Amino acid sequence: MCAASRHLSDRIADVWGERTPYGPGDPWPVRVDAFLDDSIGEEEVDAWFRSASILHSNGDAMDIGVKDGRIVGVRGRAVDRINHGRLDPKDLYGWQAVNSPDRLTRPLVREGSELVETDWDTAMDRIVSRSQDLLGEGPGGWGHFGFYTTGQLFLEEYYTLGVIGKAGIGTPHMDGNTRLCTATAAASLKASFGTDGQPGSYIDIDHCDALALFGHNVAETQTVLWMRMLDRRRGPEPPKMVVVDPRRTPVADEADVHLAVRPGTNQALMNGLLRELIVNGWYDADYVRDHTLGFDELRSVVEAYPPELVADICDVSVEDIQEAARILGTAQRLVSTVLQGFYQSNQATVAACMVNNLHLIRGMIGRPGAGIYQMNGQPTAQNTRETGADGDLPGLRNWENPDHIEELARLWNVDRQKIPHWAAPTHAMQIFRYAEQGSIKLLWVSATNPAVSLPELSRIRDILAKEGLFLVVQDLFLTETARLADVVLPAATWGEKLGTFTCVDRTVHISDKAVEPPGEARSDLDIFLDYARRMDFRNKDGAPLITWDDPESAFEAWKECTRGRPCDYTGITYERLRGGSGIQWPCNDRHPDGLERLYSDGVFNTDPDYCETFGHDMVTGAVHTEADYRAKAPAGRAFLHSAEYQPSPEVPNERYPFTLTTGRTVYQFHTRTKTGRAPQLQDAAPEVWAELHPLDAQALGVAEGDVLRITSPRGALKARARVCGTRQGTVFVPFHYGYWDKGEAAAPQEPERAANELTLTDWDPVSKQPLFKVAAVRVAKAANANGTYAPAPVIGASAPPDGSARTRGGPTAVASSRVEE
Amino acid sequence: MQLAHYLGLLLQAEHSLSDAFQEVGRAHAAEADVYFICQKLVRQCDEHAESLRPFVQRYSEQAPDEPERLHSELFQGSRSGGLGLLRDLQDLYLMTAECDICWVMMGQAAQGARDSELYEVATRCGVETSTQAAWLRTRMKQAAPQALVVS
Repeated sequence: MCAASRHLSDRIADVWGERTPYGPGDPWPVRVDAFLDDSIGEEEVDAWFRSASILHSNGDAMDIGVKDGRIVGVRGRAVDRINHGRLDPKDLYGWQAVNSPDRLTRPLVREGSELVETDWDTAMDRIVSRSQDLLGEGPGGWGHFGFYTTGQLFLEEYYTLGVIGKAGIGTPHMDGNTRLCTATAAASLKASFGTDGQPGSYIDIDHCDALALFGHNVAETQTVLWMRMLDRRRGPEPPKMVVVDPRRTPVADEADVHLAVRPGTNQALMNGLLRELIVNGWYDADYVRDHTLGFDELRSVVEAYPPELVADICDVSVEDIQEAARILGTAQRLVSTVLQGFYQSNQATVAACMVNNLHLIRGMIGRPGAGIYQMNGQPTAQNTRETGADGDLPGLRNWENPDHIEELARLWNVDRQKIPHWAAPTHAMQIFRYAEQGSIKLLWVSATNPAVSLPELSRIRDILAKEGLFLVVQDLFLTETARLADVVLPAATWGEKLGTFTCVDRTVHISDKAVEPPGEARSDLDIFLDYARRMDFRNKDGAPLITWDDPESAFEAWKECTRGRPCDYTGITYERLRGGSGIQWPCNDRHPDGLERLYSDGVFNTDPDYCETFGHDMVTGAVHTEADYRAKAPAGRAFLHSAEYQPSPEVPNERYPFTLTTGRTVYQFHTRTKTGRAPQLQDAAPEVWAELHPLDAQALGVAEGDVLRITSPRGALKARARVCGTRQGTVFVPFHYGYWDKGEAAAPQEPERAANELTLTDWDPVSKQPLFKVAAVRVAKAANANGTYAPAPVIGASAPPDGSARTRGGPTAVASSRVEE
Repeated sequence: MQLAHYLGLLLQAEHSLSDAFQEVGRAHAAEADVYFICQKLVRQCDEHAESLRPFVQRYSEQAPDEPERLHSELFQGSRSGGLGLLRDLQDLYLMTAECDICWVMMGQAAQGARDSELYEVATRCGVETSTQAAWLRTRMKQAAPQALVVS
């Protein structure tokens, strides 16, 4: 018999909602969160449709409520393994953007300096005719195409796009904005374990006795995962917590040890921590011997990083390093998570691999409570990676393995030479470089906004606006990027189309079509299928290359592509996904209900015929050859990678004495395309701000709310100062704020708002993820506050020490929460 | 004993390679990865040269004078554009090959001279030099189809 209590709360002010404490090994209590249009009660909803979140990467399952053909709200799914009913504020309020009056409803084409409305035939004809001209330019026609997609479409859409690119046009120039958020997660998983795929499950939070968060402000990026952690922290036998973050985030506040490292020094810290573990004997010598390769080299590299040296490099105390190492070294069930603080920083891939090393040398992998989450930044990023819509091949295949290419050629019935595999697929920054040089002449951007999200924006805007570059943008709104396009295609979104997607812990959810898209907007799948038809892509036998025509048939085709691969979907059907909870891959004859944890037997996916990569040099990114790889005889053992610490490519100097780091607030997602159109979310974080340490503020003569001018060698912006808990010498600016709600232009005459005006063009040598966290900047006061606070939320890392201002959603933000007891 | 001869040769080769990484990196600064990795490799080559100094001293009786920093015959000077990048990286590749084989010879000589310190240096620097070549090969393989077929 279940009793339930229902609470109403303003989830703008009460971001994480009511605590439901629980102990180790107990089930996480159910708490069903819901928010509906204020005039509508749950009983008045006509129908509920199955879905999950696409406003962050956690994969929280929900039902979409529809009344009179319109989305009217959302309710968390109690039975789902991911969230047990809970929802993030972005999900509670963000659905309103779907109903936004400024949605694109008709295709647009460029006529001179204007974008004018047109019909689908005209818009598609322009793209197809340009495509055919480029393909006709000779044997290198494929090289004029670039595709830049996202982490927010559905699996079926990515797979279709991947096949069009690889077997239709035959170009390697395809990547996602996942390059900015999750490339290092994939690279580190491949490097350590042989293939992509999280070893653990979120359920490991229920069992762990220690939590380590590396550059991961989970309280704001995946609030429901944080609720789960907090509920363990408030219950009996709470897990210890270690946090590495240069900012005083809510997670850092909660931690037992907070290492506020100097940006760019993660690798030095990790070397120091691993050294402490090894010196103190806190490792499992049998596991290391039987299941890993590279321990001697790791030991010899980290030996040179005693705590005193690391304290000096990272600017943290020796005692904190030792205490953190003691927690990591003595835990019996350790969960580690990694995100942008590592992925977007200096030495990203090797530092993320060091977290894998920590688990490998302790044998903390593949059993309850011993988990690693190399997190994703975006909701469907896992699928971009799996399907080959980014710089990988479909089914986690290895571009250097001729047998893998042959498998794809057979599956698609094309000549193997058609599939580009002469080098790693082209990463996003290189795609933009080819466009800058003019060899890429058609760039197709789907569901992402590079004019705000890529580094060094003045350069990116120049590329997008370049004469001779035919820019196609497929989106919901007229974004900053869409304004520069030659053709704009209006797309349907979440709730308006059917498909599936997979979250960090390999759980697949279905997302049903609840309502019709506005006007003539079409699903991204239909757009890609239409392009393939019009381009008349054929297989070897002259039949159409794309053999599917709707989401479910695309999913069935994808299942065949995954057969026998680590991400095996063959046991999943749409019908099963509508059953109750999402289902984890691999799901096949051997694991009919999915597999909770990979590598429980200590056998990793490193076999040369099975692995996804033959590996890279961590310093330069040089690829290792197949012969090198086979000579290591991995035989199912995992790799322990190691590297010396090297300073960031850009460090503070006399002219630019501060380090800029960029990131998110809990209330916004990406460039606010959706969250900026949900009033409760937008009002909570309406405008850019810059976080300064109190001592830095004092030295600059800056007080709360003063307008700062922040300058880097690339550009400048203006933002009001929030004096709070970032580390000394470090300035934080959220990257959400572009120019779409500042007027008509893609950017004003004097750009003044977007964090990426300041960031530098450089990327990790292995994952190719840009370095957003280590730009050198100068800070100066531009104007007095005149009594105005910074427009920064007081909840989250931007909380001021004195609690002087308030963030609340007010009466329009009242959501309900039902806890089952 | 002719060990000093090869020490001089290697020292000069590392200096030339360092200069060439510097020049190519700067000439192709718009290729951000090339620029930043060349910067790293400049430091690495300088460090290799520095590691050789004690041995130049040790074997100084036979050592030639401090070698001149001659512009390598392998390096034609930087070019521009996609094809220019490829040609410049190819020059660097050949220069790393010269260093690489010198380090192999140095390792052999060190074993013959029973000089374990030199052997350790030759092994470490030899591995790093092979990695430099592997990076150049990786980067060139990536760039070649676009530079040679598409552009």
